[in-house]
Amino acid sequence: MAETEKMIFPAQLHQTADGGIVVSKLDDIINWARSNSLWPLVFGTSCCAIEMMSAADAKYDWSRFGFEVARATPRQADLIIVAGTIVMKMAPVLKRLYDQMPDPKYVIAMGACTISGGPFFYNTYSVVKGVDHVIPVDVYIPGCPPRPEALLHAMITLQEKIKNETYFGPSKTIEK
Amino acid sequence: MTNEELKVSVSALYPAITFDETGEFLNAISSVAEFRSVMKTLRHNKELEFDFLFCLTCIDWKTHLMMVYHLMSKTHKHVLVLKVKLDDTKDPQIESVADIWKTAIFHEREVFDLFGVNFKNHPDMRRILLDESWDGFPLRKNYVDENMISI
Repeated sequence: MAETEKMIFPAQLHQTADGGIVVSKLDDIINWARSNSLWPLVFGTSCCAIEMMSAADAKYDWSRFGFEVARATPRQADLIIVAGTIVMKMAPVLKRLYDQMPDPKYVIAMGACTISGGPFFYNTYSVVKGVDHVIPVDVYIPGCPPRPEALLHAMITLQEKIKNETYFGPSKTIEK
Repeated sequence: MTNEELKVSVSALYPAITFDETGEFLNAISSVAEFRSVMKTLRHNKELEFDFLFCLTCIDWKTHLMMVYHLMSKTHKHVLVLKVKLDDTKDPQIESVADIWKTAIFHEREVFDLFGVNFKNHPDMRRILLDESWDGFPLRKNYVDENMISI
């Protein structure tokens, strides 16, 4: 998919005398709607959460891409951004939050701690060595902490992943 | 009171206490038997009046455990570090100071949580940071965690 095609409505307009007919695929319409309205869960356990908040504010403004409706309950969220170190005591809580989210649900692992346990704490009795031991991850962002641009990039990558998902036809592989 | 004066006053009250001045503060080393009485005196003696316990921790030296109490007097503006050696590493026990300094309630629970030191007469002796079901005491040198990477 070309850069310019990404944001536009995935359909063709056929002009008729008094208007037009839109022709598209259900998969494309559903995925277009879903991917441009991802509701993240308000969830941050350490310093990555500060960068996540920064990505939400006016300067980086993730609402440009449809992420602005951050939910304080997992039952209304599509996406969980694991922003920060997950300790053994937090792991069951994270698992429960993930289980409470309705399908389809997505996970972004933000920062070194969630990927592998972190640059400082990886060899500690208290830290989970990678959040993928607890829940499945869709997109990983390296960094300590990653900049807001990196988070936006990860979210746009996730949108691309969603746009290539399918409900009705055979599954498409991600292009590139 | 200066460190030198502190040393004189404490020695006059408890001759058995030994001193070590290698660190930032004056270190006094007490025995387990005398410990409780020493702490009470340090708190209530009008000349010493250590009314603030600003750090309570433990060190694992493998052969023994060392309890460390950082005491400060807000009235007299002096600091003393009191140390107590615990020889029994299997079941280390010491008297609680929670009734003398209330802050010790949490600090002693933390030391119990991470080092397994049992504080006698503590009002609420249970883990504070780790899960109740946690096995072992992670800051002990002999603690084994199979998830940890050894180099």
